[in-house]
Amino acid sequence: MDATETTASTSVPERSRLAAGPRRDLGILERTGVLIEYHWLLFRRTLRGVLITRFLLPVLFLASMGLGVGSLVDENSGGVDGVPYLLYVVPGLVMVTAMQTAVGESTWPVMGFVKWNQFYRAMLNAPHSVADTLRAHWLMIAFNVATSALAFTLISALFGGVGSWWALLGTPIAVLTGMAFSTPLFVIAAKTDTDSVYSAIFRLVVTPLMLFSGAFFPIDQLPTWMQPFAWATPLWHGIELGRAAFLGGPVPDLWWVHVGVLTAYIVVGAAVSRRALRQRLVP
Amino acid sequence: MTDTVLLTARDLTKRFGDFTAVDGIDVEVHKGESFGFLGPNGAGKSSTMRMIGGVSPVTSGELSIFGLDPATHGPQIRARLGNCPQKDLLDEELSVQENLWVYGRFFGLSRKEVRERATELLEFAQLSERRGDKVEPLSGGMKRRLVIARSLINNPELLLLDEPTTGLDPQARHVLWDRLFRLKRQGVTLIITTHYMDEAEQLCDRLVVMDKGRIAAEGSPRDLIVRYSTREVVEVRFDTDDHSAHADSLGGIGERMEVLPDRILLYADDGDAAGSAVHSRELAPLSVLVRRSTLEDVFLHLTGRTLVD
Repeated sequence: MDATETTASTSVPERSRLAAGPRRDLGILERTGVLIEYHWLLFRRTLRGVLITRFLLPVLFLASMGLGVGSLVDENSGGVDGVPYLLYVVPGLVMVTAMQTAVGESTWPVMGFVKWNQFYRAMLNAPHSVADTLRAHWLMIAFNVATSALAFTLISALFGGVGSWWALLGTPIAVLTGMAFSTPLFVIAAKTDTDSVYSAIFRLVVTPLMLFSGAFFPIDQLPTWMQPFAWATPLWHGIELGRAAFLGGPVPDLWWVHVGVLTAYIVVGAAVSRRALRQRLVP
Repeated sequence: MTDTVLLTARDLTKRFGDFTAVDGIDVEVHKGESFGFLGPNGAGKSSTMRMIGGVSPVTSGELSIFGLDPATHGPQIRARLGNCPQKDLLDEELSVQENLWVYGRFFGLSRKEVRERATELLEFAQLSERRGDKVEPLSGGMKRRLVIARSLINNPELLLLDEPTTGLDPQARHVLWDRLFRLKRQGVTLIITTHYMDEAEQLCDRLVVMDKGRIAAEGSPRDLIVRYSTREVVEVRFDTDDHSAHADSLGGIGERMEVLPDRILLYADDGDAAGSAVHSRELAPLSVLVRRSTLEDVFLHLTGRTLVD
């Protein structure tokens, strides 16, 4: 058979999307699903590296901060507010990991899809919109954040760093926290042509937030003028919620403020990024 | 017959801020034909293609593809289009066949359909032996063939090819033209942009010459040459930096003269007679070459400029 003749596809079933004439539309679930399938393929390719980071990093953090620093703190002051330091620091570390995972996935890979291999454009040449491509990508990032938070939680439990089953609620809180960083960061790929800004973000945003958002010590230990900075950023809100969950309560009085701030970051970030990427990709 | 019109554009315009990329063009493309936009870089060809491809909103005017408006039916149009953009847009970390599978799934084809189709198309693109290889080390010509194979995965009724052979070496171009010619013979409707006049002559049944966002002329390659040029051309080169100084000395030979920086073109229906006339004036030119007119001459006549500068 002459292979070149096959492109004419004479025996296409009527319901197939290969048939001539109008094709069946893809519903929103189908559109999201087929795009996530692509991200899943990429995820599987890097699985070994992902697994190593997801397990090794928690072990290193727990060994140094939880057990090393923790024994000093507990000996000298009986923990933080009466809570052993390991139990105090684990929820902070889970939220920090959520932030780092989300920021990592929302920076260079996005620039790649916009500027380097421009694969978002390939999606847009198929019957997908900018909203479709972003929805799928954000869901995949949420999955990544969830699995890294859950892995950290389980490993911490093995180290005796988790005191309550409520810690499982820490995973959805971690997803909220991570996505509060993820959706606003997408705007950068739409607005700039160099990735140097990402290194700056890690140095000037991620690292200071990790150190000063209440992960390792309560922010009331900070100078008074620094505290409002913590209140304005997503990480502190995530840590406040996460710590209450990990310690099994009580529910923070202002829990709805924490959830509200995180949700606002996600929603506003998504709207701004979607608009900017639409201008960039579908001019 | 209106039912065979796949694409209609009326006064189609695209502006970016103050800049008008496409300035009110009228185009109609019929089922089964191979239609070209010929013009230099910046003529507005790619902006036109992106509007047709439903990935750039129309500023003003009308555009209809398969009888649908891209502003309201973008996904429905793109489901039936094949798009071979200027940039490859391949995931070079994935294998050749993974690129096809992924893209086929984007169109909602079943996994079985995608695999069958990918096997056929790899055969067509002469890439079967490289199916499992990563894309990154492939040659430019192979990547282009893969992009064309990918654009066919959804069995499109209309295939858009934006500068399909730009950047390829001559041999790779000929291989690609052969593949495109087969598609054309199978009745696939093609819309091609190019700034290569030989590509336009080889592949297009009908074309428009575009310049500065406007259409300068429309017709078959043969028509355009007959209408805007003579049958033959004599190219005369002198040992000089300024060919305009020699223009007067060649006056009266042929029907028309174009003075370019590196040569003088004399348009004549009988090129040999015009060539003899040049020799008889004993001007000692470096070379005198007689050739047939091409679309390059049409473009030069219409715009006063060459296609590739």
